[in-house]
This record gives sequence, structure tokens and C-alpha cells, in this order.
Amino acid sequence: MTSTAEAVRLAGPVPVADAQPAGDTRLRPDQIRIAVKNLDFHYGDFHGLKNINLDFADRQVTALIGPSGCGKSTLLRTFNRIYSLYPEQRATGEILLDGRNILAPNTDVNELRSRVGMVFQKPTPFPMSIYDNVAFGIRLHEKAGRAEIEQRVEEALRKAALWTEVKDKLRQSGMGLSGGQQQRMCIARTIAQRPEVILLDEPTSALDPISTGKVEELVDQLRNEFTIVIVTHNMQQAARISQKTAFMYLGEVVEFGPTNQIFMNPTKKQTHDYVTGRFG
Amino acid sequence: MSEAAMPAQTVPAVASWNRVRPSRRIADRALKITCVLFTGLGVFVLGWILLLLLFRGITALNLSTFTAVTPGPGTAGGGLANAMVGSIVLTFLGIAIATPIGILAGTYLAEYSRGSKLAALIRFINDVLLSAPSILIGLFVYTFAVAPFGTYSGWAGSIALAIIAAPVIVRTTEDMLRLVPGGLREAAAALGAPTSRVVTLVTWRAARSGIVTGLVLATARIAGETAPLLFTAFNNNFWFNPSLSGGVSNLPVTIYQFALSPYSNWQELAWAGAFLITITILGLSVFARLIIRKDASK
Repeated sequence: MTSTAEAVRLAGPVPVADAQPAGDTRLRPDQIRIAVKNLDFHYGDFHGLKNINLDFADRQVTALIGPSGCGKSTLLRTFNRIYSLYPEQRATGEILLDGRNILAPNTDVNELRSRVGMVFQKPTPFPMSIYDNVAFGIRLHEKAGRAEIEQRVEEALRKAALWTEVKDKLRQSGMGLSGGQQQRMCIARTIAQRPEVILLDEPTSALDPISTGKVEELVDQLRNEFTIVIVTHNMQQAARISQKTAFMYLGEVVEFGPTNQIFMNPTKKQTHDYVTGRFG
Repeated sequence: MSEAAMPAQTVPAVASWNRVRPSRRIADRALKITCVLFTGLGVFVLGWILLLLLFRGITALNLSTFTAVTPGPGTAGGGLANAMVGSIVLTFLGIAIATPIGILAGTYLAEYSRGSKLAALIRFINDVLLSAPSILIGLFVYTFAVAPFGTYSGWAGSIALAIIAAPVIVRTTEDMLRLVPGGLREAAAALGAPTSRVVTLVTWRAARSGIVTGLVLATARIAGETAPLLFTAFNNNFWFNPSLSGGVSNLPVTIYQFALSPYSNWQELAWAGAFLITITILGLSVFARLIIRKDASK
């Protein structure tokens, strides 16, 4: 497995704000992409998230950690409003994506989801070819010609570090890949539609250590282009790949700050107890 | 733990092999024997029917069975050609009518009706329809598709068969769609697919072989139905009118009428027809299993 330092080296130098080339209209790293304000979440009668206030910076990996049931996945699932598939779940408060409240009723959730991609705990290959899996999102939202789709699929698979393994069997079923390959295909499928934010919900908990290492390296590289939020049970993983970490407990954010600080020098006793393995 | 720490005297010198009471052993054996006996009884009856059918059916078959039309009373020879083609047409039309209704209703129940009371009601009614006596369905169709027109028709027969097939298709479609993992729906929705696209591009595709199997089993179900046709398509000894406006001869009703007749050539044809229908249904069931197996090995 790659250490954080080595992964950073592999990814090349982190672009600093001043080095941004002219004409690059993206947010500068560290600028706020997602701002969560006074967010509450209910599953029926259960109060799952309590008054969450958090900012997520562009081109950074933010990790959400905490014991099972603390609400970290729930929080992640508000950012693309995937929870709204289930009528008994509701969120109140504000989540500003580039300044616009995505919880507003007039938000087009499908457009939102094309901008905020999500990768799940278990790989979710669709019952179709690898090529069609990756092209799925492009075909949904854009009138792209065949040549452009082909080029985008290749680009996404390269970014997901899967291209060399599948380039000769793009027409074969995506279900035939190994678990780790399926998960990287799902990541390719997500980045193929060029989102701004990528949400990762325990993306490696169903994978073996080698596949986990590959996905972690991948996340570290993707950070140069996307805002990444990752939920993980694995504290070493959070320490390895994230720049910011939020520790959550019982539906609340206990502590939020630079990953180094959360792990080395937390200010709250609960955080300290959790990251040192005393509970959780 | 070290070996010395284990108290040796707690282990009995000779292990007892009499922990289970003899009466338990006898009861166990008796239940097993009873189960085997009754299974044998069931298989024996089924085997008897099939073997008798095979024997009487094959001896009754000849070339004219497939070429000649059903004979009139007192006419020698004859075949089942018109009844076979009529059955195929009625069954095909019945499935063609029932398929869109069944698949779309099943899709509504599985994909759109999350926890609604209406869906629970529809599901209940569908289950009732699934086990409704088929003669009632024949009578029901008679009241609106036969009586007002004063004539039996192939259309009425197809509608009756469709009413029997539809609940089967609704049920299998819903069951198969429910087997599709929810994570697949979430993943498609997370890419920004509206429900219509999630259903048509992902869940239908994932459940495809199950849904097709349901269609094949529904076909097998209606291919041998007699009662719903008695009041609708009825039967005759001629080639049917291509517009299906008159009665349409078909195998099940032919078997029913010929088997009860006093003419020996009619009885022979009834055996031949019964054999053909059984083989067809058997073939369809095997085909359905093959679809499932092929899908499982993928």
C-alpha cells in the first residue's frame, strides 16, 4: 500500500493557488465548493443529523469518520439528494453547492446528480458491457456523438487506472470483472460525466488490500480535479488520503479540521478517544 | 491454556453412545420412511399419467393428425390440423394482449408504488385473479364479447386467455424486479437518471431473463386451458375464419369433446391431442428452466 507521501509524489505537485494558469475558470483549491448550514435530517421519526455546519473545499479530499450509525453516510447522501428516493427521509436546512441551495424544492435533482457523482460501498455494475457502463451517464445528459463518447470513455477509464486492463474487452459484460475492477469501473462511470464533486461511500470496504491500494492512489490523483468527500470506517485510510477530516458522533459533527490535526492533536476528548481506538 | 491445567477427571473414560433415546431413533426413521413413501406415491401417479399418455398418444399419432382437419360425427379418419393452428393463434394472441398489461402493471407495483395502499390492493386483487376458477373468466368474457354479438369468436377466446395470463405475468414481473438489488437503482439514480430511465435501462435489463421466463410459463399456463374457451372461442370442425370472427377450433376443447364421444376415431384423436399439448407444455417449462440456468451461469 502506498503511503500518503508517496501517493502525493505520484500525483505530482499539488497545485497551489498562485500557480493556477490564466484562463482556468475553476475554483481555486481551498475555496469552498459545498457549504452545509444548519442541516437536520430525519428518517421518519429518527433525528439522524443534528444541526450540521461544515464547509468542503474544492480539490481536496475531506474524510467523514465516526462509529457506525453516527450519520456520516447520511450526510454524504444529502449532497446528491439520493435520500429523496425514499419518501420517509427528509433534510432541512441549507446545502450550498457553488452558492446555490440544492435542498430548495426547485432543484433539478437529475442535473444535480450529474454534477455530484457518487460511488457506493458495493460495486454496482449495470448488466451491460463495460463500455456501456462507462458511457451511461454521458448518454443520459449529453447529445454526444459516437466519437466523442468513445474518447470520453477511454479518458475516464484511464483516469480510473482501468484502461490497460479492459481496453481489449470493452464489449464484454461489466459483471465479469473482479470486485476491485468493478469498483474502478464505477468510478470511471462517475467521472465520465465530468462532475464537480465526487462522493465516495466506503468505496473500499468490499475490496481486498491490493484493490484498496489502487483505489486510494486513484482518489489521491482525482483530487487534482474534483472536490472529493469520502466516508470511511478505516481511520488509516482517512489519514492516508484526506486533507480535512470531520469526526462525527450520534448525528453531530464533533470536530472538523486538517487531517493531521484531527489524528495527531485533536482538541476534543471524544475525537482523541476515537482516533486512538478507545471506542468505536 | 497449558495441558496440566486441564482437569483430566472431568472427561469420562468411555464416551456414551446412548445419549439419544431409542424411541427418538425410531420416530426419526419412521418420518423419513413416510416422506419417501408419499413422495413415491405422488411420482407414481404422475408417471402413470405421463406413460399412459405417451403410449396412447404416440400410437394414435399419424401423418393425417397433422394434415387433416377434425372429422365430423361418423366420419372416418381425420386429424387435428385446424385445432393445432387454432390453439397456437389463440395462445399467441392471448399472450400478446397480456404481455404489455402484465409487464407494465408488475413494473408499477415493483418500481413506482413504494408503500402505497393502492398497490397493496392491486396486489391482493391480482392474487385473487391468479387463483380464480378459469370457467368464471370464460363466462365473464362471454357476457361482453360473445353474447352481444351473438357468435363465438377467436377474439373472445384470446381475451379470456389473456385475463388468465396477465396476473401470472404481473406476479413474475414484480417478483423478478424486486430481486434486483436496490443498490443498482441508487447507482443509476446517482448518475442523474430519472425513474423512467432507471427502469428501462437498468432494472428491466437486470431482470430480463426472469421476466421472459414468466412469459414462457404464462404461455404454458394458457396453452392447455379448456374452460375459458368453452364459452368464448368454442370449437368446430373447420379451418377458422382468418378474421377470427367465428368460433375457432382448438386443442383443449377438441380433446374435451372428442374424449367424451362414442366414436373411436374421435377418442384416438383426443389421445393424440392430449399428448401434443402435454409435450408442448413440458417443452415450454424446460425452455423456461434453460433460460434461468443460462442466466445463472453468466
